[in-house]
Amino acid sequence: MHAFAYERPTTLAEALALLQAHEPDARLLAGGTDLIIRLRDGSARPAVVIDVKRIAELDAGIREGHGRLVIGARTVMTDIAADARVVRHFIALAEAAAVVGSVQIRNRATLAGNICNASPAADTAPPLLVYDASVVAAGPSGTRRIPVDAFFVRSGQTTLAPGEIVTAIELPIPAAPVGAAHTRRTRRRGHDLASVTLSCAVHASGTTRIAYGSVGPRPVLVVDESGVLADPSAGADAKAEVFERVFADARPSPRSMRASPEYRLAMLRVLGGRALATAIDRLARG
Amino acid sequence: MMQTIPISLTVNGRVRATDVAAHHTLLDVLRDDLGLTGTKECCLVGECGACTVIVDGRAVDSCLVLAVEADGSDVLTVEGLAVDGRLSPLQEAFLDRGGVQCGFCIPGQVLAAHALLASVPHPTLAEVEEGMAGNLCRCGCYEQIFEAILAAADGAER
Repeated sequence: MHAFAYERPTTLAEALALLQAHEPDARLLAGGTDLIIRLRDGSARPAVVIDVKRIAELDAGIREGHGRLVIGARTVMTDIAADARVVRHFIALAEAAAVVGSVQIRNRATLAGNICNASPAADTAPPLLVYDASVVAAGPSGTRRIPVDAFFVRSGQTTLAPGEIVTAIELPIPAAPVGAAHTRRTRRRGHDLASVTLSCAVHASGTTRIAYGSVGPRPVLVVDESGVLADPSAGADAKAEVFERVFADARPSPRSMRASPEYRLAMLRVLGGRALATAIDRLARG
Repeated sequence: MMQTIPISLTVNGRVRATDVAAHHTLLDVLRDDLGLTGTKECCLVGECGACTVIVDGRAVDSCLVLAVEADGSDVLTVEGLAVDGRLSPLQEAFLDRGGVQCGFCIPGQVLAAHALLASVPHPTLAEVEEGMAGNLCRCGCYEQIFEAILAAADGAER
């Protein structure tokens, strides 16, 4: 690994000042499960690494307030998957956090880091999209909230502005019941990146939100207002027709080693059907 | 110019203070500075688990943790499992069940299993498989390793 300077700010103001002083030669370090690999292989060569884990304002906890669940930027996957409020209100996010990497990875990897890394295969992206989450970003001119759907651009690229730090992820707690599920396809069971990752949320109103990743440069959100997907009595043909529209934006890369485009497109429909069935079932159970 | 940073951490119950380079990992410092070579370097991308150690009660890949990040933390390595020269029951179970062939992955396997049993004292086979998914064994001793973990859990019950 090349040598770099290490900074460990304890306040947000200090971190923002460091970022401003060193960008574009600075990288923020949260869990490090992506960044340290890139520092080692040389694909990231910052002069300064700014460790965000001791910033007082960035907590590692999950708070509830003002109708939202707020996941601090230092919160790791293990804690998200096990949190009773996440399981109760945002089961697809709990399920996604529980399948990121291995135990060792989940004990370090943060939700904020997962989305800032902006891998098209990020497992937590689809649930955050279906739950209409927002990214809270602090910058030199204050704090702003970015809807997750407006956050992802392409692999490794987000709409986070230079000098900004993600401080938390916020999820609005649904006022009416929602049934949801996360599902994925990997080459082997256990520890692998997703060849397809997909979440589905069915609302009592009949709206179905489906988000999927690893089939294009960024994860995709599609909202179906037709009511056909959410309708337990709708036929398979009718649902398949809606699915064709839902998955029209999937553009799997022909160059990826993990799976062929044909396989990914076929699996999108299989996983979409499974996640939808689970979501409808969970909505019915309440 | 290479920056070195003083850190202090507890390793296997002993406080260790050392100066580390910012770009050296916890794995580097355990092996090269502290001489604890039980922790193995292998894939260096967080896929194989050979470098697994327990930091503040949680299993992590030490190849993906900078040593400076571990400043102030409590680290358990494979060297810290035996007490007064006696192997832990989990280590004994690995030997009893033939979970060890070449042995290279075993320190990581044992520590991942140790962390698993600390959080789930009586896991199902499925829980063992999931908890150990981050540890690869090129000899293919998975069946014996899982048996050893289940046996150690059973032994703890009696």
